[in-house]
Amino acid sequence: MFNVIAKDELAPGVFRFVVEAPQIARKARPGQFVILRLNEHGERIPLTIANHDEERGTLTLFVQAVGKTSLDLSRLEKDQGILDIAGPLGLPTEIERFGTVALVGGGFGIAALWPIARALTAIGNKTIALMGARSKNLLLLQEEMHAAASEVRVATNDGSAGMRGLVTDLLDRVIRDEGPVHRVIAIGPVVMMKAVCALTRAHNIPTRVSLNPIMIDGTGMCGACRVMVDGKMRFTCVDGPEFDGHLVDFEGLENRLRGYLPEEQQARERLTGGQECRLDTTGAARSQP
Amino acid sequence: MTNPPKKGNRIPRQSAPELSPEARKKTFSEVSLGYTPAMAMLEASRCLQCKKPKCVLGCPVHVRIPEFIRQVAEGKFLEAARTIRETNALPAITGRVCPQEDQCEKHCVIGLKGEPLAIGKLERFVADYERESGAEEDIQPAPPTDKKIAIIGAGPAGLTAAGDLAALGHEVVIFEALHQAGGVLFYGIPEFRLPRNIIEMEIDRLKKRGVTIKLDYVIGKIKSLDELMIDDGFDAVFIATGAGLPYFLGIPGENLNGVYSANEFLTRVNLMHAWEFPEFDTPLHAHQAIAVIGGGNTALDAARTALRLPSARRVSIIYRRSSEEMPARHEEIRHAREEGVAFRFLERPVAIMGENGWVKAVRCQKMQLGEPDASGRRRPLPIAGSEFDFPADAVVIALGSGTNPLIAQDAKDLVIDPEGHIELSDADIQMTSKPGVFAGGDIVTGAATVISAMGAGKKAARGIHDYVMRSA
Ligand SMILES: Cc1cc2nc3c(=O)[nH]c(=O)nc-3n(C[C@H](O)[C@H](O)[C@H](O)COP(=O)(O)OP(=O)(O)OC[C@H]3O[C@@H](n4cnc5c(N)ncnc54)[C@H](O)[C@@H]3O)c2cc1C
Ligand code: FES
Repeated sequence: MFNVIAKDELAPGVFRFVVEAPQIARKARPGQFVILRLNEHGERIPLTIANHDEERGTLTLFVQAVGKTSLDLSRLEKDQGILDIAGPLGLPTEIERFGTVALVGGGFGIAALWPIARALTAIGNKTIALMGARSKNLLLLQEEMHAAASEVRVATNDGSAGMRGLVTDLLDRVIRDEGPVHRVIAIGPVVMMKAVCALTRAHNIPTRVSLNPIMIDGTGMCGACRVMVDGKMRFTCVDGPEFDGHLVDFEGLENRLRGYLPEEQQARERLTGGQECRLDTTGAARSQP
Repeated sequence: MTNPPKKGNRIPRQSAPELSPEARKKTFSEVSLGYTPAMAMLEASRCLQCKKPKCVLGCPVHVRIPEFIRQVAEGKFLEAARTIRETNALPAITGRVCPQEDQCEKHCVIGLKGEPLAIGKLERFVADYERESGAEEDIQPAPPTDKKIAIIGAGPAGLTAAGDLAALGHEVVIFEALHQAGGVLFYGIPEFRLPRNIIEMEIDRLKKRGVTIKLDYVIGKIKSLDELMIDDGFDAVFIATGAGLPYFLGIPGENLNGVYSANEFLTRVNLMHAWEFPEFDTPLHAHQAIAVIGGGNTALDAARTALRLPSARRVSIIYRRSSEEMPARHEEIRHAREEGVAFRFLERPVAIMGENGWVKAVRCQKMQLGEPDASGRRRPLPIAGSEFDFPADAVVIALGSGTNPLIAQDAKDLVIDPEGHIELSDADIQMTSKPGVFAGGDIVTGAATVISAMGAGKKAARGIHDYVMRSA
């Protein structure tokens, strides 16, 4: 059992959990994730480790309440427990001195970028965080990002904060107007990562993306998390979650992310008595890294 | 009925009762019901008690077969159980899943003229009898040695080594990546072949012997081998992480929705209870026409599991050789046929065809058998121009597994062969090139059998014991 020691709601339906997991906290590095299972009937889902505190022995996890499991999780309260947490899984983000790094985060992906921003800034990179969301109230971790990155820019679809438009418009502007960008790290909905990669490919900027396929074990045993990268099959849980964005088959990933939408819908309706909104089919809403 | 000497060939091999195909094909209840005591004694009476028993040589862990069979014939079932357990820690499991026809029973002398003795069924009977009798193992723990052994992976290799090492007085901790111990026994082999309570009972037995099992512990990630040995003070480590990395075919269409590795398909059902969705949270689509690719135990398990899903209408196995070459246990093949799995031999998939991102058909090519290959089986050769589309809405790929990379990724000082297996520097004691680190089971041999993994666990336990006591 892993105890929840703090919980708060950051944006409507987006929760931050601090859980006790001292062994994992000791080894966690930016870019890694855990697999958790809430209870005996639970499924195994991956969640990014957004923060880890070695001294307190805690992990910070973000959850967007969209699927059955993330809804169940969002209803957990302080001092309740999560049955299983395994991790830290996946390969950590490469943290090196690249120069100027643009960190592009869409919606929920911002949570995953936060630890990466901190680590890259700490060793002397100029980090420009480009954060996008549909609307101001869905923008996550603004304060934290301001503290973590050298610079922060914001775009919202409705113009309620920062520039009206897409986060890729921000990136386009940074690349054109602000001198060389040496590396881009993009985490967010598949459509966003795809658009970012199209842009950076044209400019020849190395781009890492963090993928969020469906996972089960997270140890390389099932192959559910497979994606094609440079024409080769890779397992996201052991070979990723980050890959060279210019080589990823995003269409294949998008298709596989749609794989369980009917069942997710069914499970959610059962949970909410059918009072539910449409599901985001981009995978943006999945509670995954 | 004590030891009737020459009657051997007159009593026919006793077949154990089974659930009828009709009764079983939509449930996960165990198919074979096992012998009654009377049947077991009758079957055991067929044994000729050979002076130089060949069956024992066919057994990877050399169970003293004639001895336990004699004890069964005499009705001394608990004694028989003790005899088996001297060399085989998990008889209720091996009695059910060993390929006996290729091992002990293959060498049985009465099999030359008639049907061999049903050694596997008798082993299972004895183990079940012992369990159901509630007979507590009289555990005489050896005095504590103050040595700590870490075991990585709770499959048959790890569990066996743990039991032996605990009995020798060592402190044993098993680290298991999943939320459940058992390895393939739990996530791979289905309930109708190996009931979960049998695995649970073996795990409890280990815990009673003082073995600690830490679940959700992915070694190589949460801890490295060096951290285990240096920081945590383990005197030796046994790596038993299995061959968990599923192979795919490398043909177009493998990433369509509806394509699964057998591991994923079986894990969803066996470990995650997807067939009880939405009672359990892990889903599995309501597939109707399921094509399973492969001819081993994994393929048969996947096919028979698929058949039991409420939505399944048609389940087929596509195998590129003929029925004779199928490596699966004969009993599983028979059971699958009886339950209505359709076998398509001498066909191989060349592409998976899709529509809107979902599987629609398997494009197959017909094959013919040529000359024998290195494995002695006749090599299947494609027949040009024979392609056709076989309709299916799910494809399960059961082509075996490569080795799990996590430990190798992390411990650069282990010697790994090109296929990812851990190389041993002393195979007699299962020791690797890294001092104090031992390895065994599928991670060393590649995907093999439960009994060979157990055998490696036993050997390793002896090796580890000698190693830690010597360095004492
Ligand atoms: C579907 C299927 C059916 C089979 N049927 C039969 C049969 O009928 N008869 C037969 O004899 N054999 C059968 N086999 C083969 C047999 O199951 C294996 O050969 C045997 O289980 C290997 O045992 P093992 O202990 O080496 O590994 P496994 O059983 O694979 O166990 C390895 C364990 O290690 C864990 N692990 C992996 N990496 C780590 C890590 N880094 N840290 C911690 N833990 C880790 C895994 O989660 C797993 O629990 C079958 C296999 C499959 C897949
Ligand atoms: S989640 Fe199973 S292999 Fe990656």
